[in-house]
Amino acid sequence: MSISEGTLITPADFTGAGSAGDVSERGKFGVFGGRFVPEALIPALDEVAAEYEKARTDLAFIREFDHLLRTYAGRPTTITDVPRFAEQAGGARILLKREDLTHTGAHKINNVLGQALLTKRLGKSRVIAETGAGQHGVATATAAALMGLECVIYMGAVDCERQALNVARMKLLGARVVPVTNGSQTLKDAINEAFRDWVTNVDSTHYLFGTVAGPYPFPGIVRDFARIIGVEARRQVLELTGKLPDAICAAVGGGSNAIGIMHAFIEDEGVQLHGYEAGGRGLETGEHALTLTAGSIGVLHGSRTYVLQDDEGQTIESHSISAGLDYPGVGPEHAWLKDSGRATYHGITDAEAMDAFALLARTEGIIPAIESSHALAGALKLGRDLGPDATILVNLSGRGDKDMGTAMKYFNL
Amino acid sequence: MTTLATVFEKARAENRAALVGYLPAGFPTIDGAIAAATAMVEAGCDVIEIGLPYSDPLMDGPTIQDAVHRALENGTRIADVMRTVEGVAKSGAATLVMTYWNPIDRYGADRFARDLANAGGVGTITPDLTPEEAGPWREASASAGIDTVFLVAPSSTEERIAIVTECCTGFVYAASLMGVTGARESVGAAAAGLVERTRPHAKVPVCVGLGVGTGAQAAEVAAYADGVIVGSAFIRRLLDAPNEQEGLRAVRELAAELAEGVRR
Repeated sequence: MSISEGTLITPADFTGAGSAGDVSERGKFGVFGGRFVPEALIPALDEVAAEYEKARTDLAFIREFDHLLRTYAGRPTTITDVPRFAEQAGGARILLKREDLTHTGAHKINNVLGQALLTKRLGKSRVIAETGAGQHGVATATAAALMGLECVIYMGAVDCERQALNVARMKLLGARVVPVTNGSQTLKDAINEAFRDWVTNVDSTHYLFGTVAGPYPFPGIVRDFARIIGVEARRQVLELTGKLPDAICAAVGGGSNAIGIMHAFIEDEGVQLHGYEAGGRGLETGEHALTLTAGSIGVLHGSRTYVLQDDEGQTIESHSISAGLDYPGVGPEHAWLKDSGRATYHGITDAEAMDAFALLARTEGIIPAIESSHALAGALKLGRDLGPDATILVNLSGRGDKDMGTAMKYFNL
Repeated sequence: MTTLATVFEKARAENRAALVGYLPAGFPTIDGAIAAATAMVEAGCDVIEIGLPYSDPLMDGPTIQDAVHRALENGTRIADVMRTVEGVAKSGAATLVMTYWNPIDRYGADRFARDLANAGGVGTITPDLTPEEAGPWREASASAGIDTVFLVAPSSTEERIAIVTECCTGFVYAASLMGVTGARESVGAAAAGLVERTRPHAKVPVCVGLGVGTGAQAAEVAAYADGVIVGSAFIRRLLDAPNEQEGLRAVRELAAELAEGVRR
């Protein structure tokens, strides 16, 4: 059995086999990653890891995933040249990887379809997930509807309010949405609550983790399912420009869209990798989500990584205008990419992100997600640094429809 | 200082299980927690676990989440946890700290182990520290002379039980059911089987926790385990009490009921 012509992914593309960037050894990325979870969950994590190891080299599984990506998610997504937007970037050429054009409107669908297939292989009938902006929740509810799985989504009560539209979408798709009212009532508390559900219902339930954080094997699994973004973009940029881009820009909350586009370029030493975290109201205000740029090494949600924490290891609540970046932790592979120097991480304030949000809408007719707008704002700065000969590839990780409530308030629309 | 070894020896000599009570430091106040834990000891608890309040208690149900949240709102710091241990240890109970891993990681493993030993603490229970990641903590604890307790669960395979119990000194914590902390109608049916599966691997006593809240349940568990662990039920008494005096009376009453249970 071989992969037929015209498919998107080969087994090597899918797993990143042979990539020097793939340092995952039982979930360790240097000193980062690992597993810090109640013992009760270890068998379930082992089961997921073992099933995934089988699946990722199983041509039937890869073909099924590939088929869904093409015929359901709408892949491959195109890349778009945005010259009018790029005028504000010192004339550098900016190319957008259009994950906003996927079904459900954000890159999250890639990981979700992969893990939903994995759920079926595991023989489980129920999925749970956490969500911040609601995009992962919508994507999970979508995949659950498609595959006939029961679906419960945990979402911070604060996020439910600022992303009411996505709550309605999840409900329409047949999911039960549970507002989480403890702690900061945002993504981190939704993750805590999802873990509590999982430890209680682990026999029937797969925790469809939404980002490249959490205990082994989640960081590697989510990365592999998101990796298609960079695999496609690398081919597309080469075809369009005849060379690799000079730099990649992506927003970083938990880090799945960023690792998704970066991973296929890790071995391309000439390609700079830039991640943009939510600077919120600014580093000096303490109201931000600058985990990699201003956090310290600790353990959160089952993984050793950079964390926003106080001097005694208590998690500090993060802030961002974008719910999807409002997270005080980050995936361990990003922690490793930062410390190894392969990727560079920066902060973008709420104001800078909203400026880029409006600019892309007005100059190119594309309304981006506020999350993705952090990467766009980063590209504007980076373009001015790199000069007019540079080509910058930006992961436009999602579309902005869900953010219209925030935009209406922010811009007095 | 009363060690875990002496507690379990004494309980065995009396042909009963040991009673282990849990309370987070700083709840309802820092001094209130010391008073409540001391009352629990006076009414029959042999061992006290002092919880270190943490912002992301993902193994805990609503009752302990609520108490821990209040403790953090009270500004409880690690120095307060140590002071609580010191106060409770004076009552004669073997006193441990139960904590998620990150606060120790941040504080420094050697420093935490040393400070806990100096406060009269006899060990820790670390529910999210897996054996794979526990090396530095086991070393730090061994040099400070304190015990390390880890958890096994109904889902644990034979292989995992062997790995986890190998790391345990003091006792092994057997989680009675798959779920978070909190009192329940009945103790998990899997608990007895788990203790039975754990015994052949364990060189130390096996205690059962999660879901135990009444004297009858304590008696049921005491029939097959070396110790009975109760947490949320004590906290519930304090949460429901109209004032501190009533709260102390209620935890004392519960401790006495449980102490009678482990002696049936």
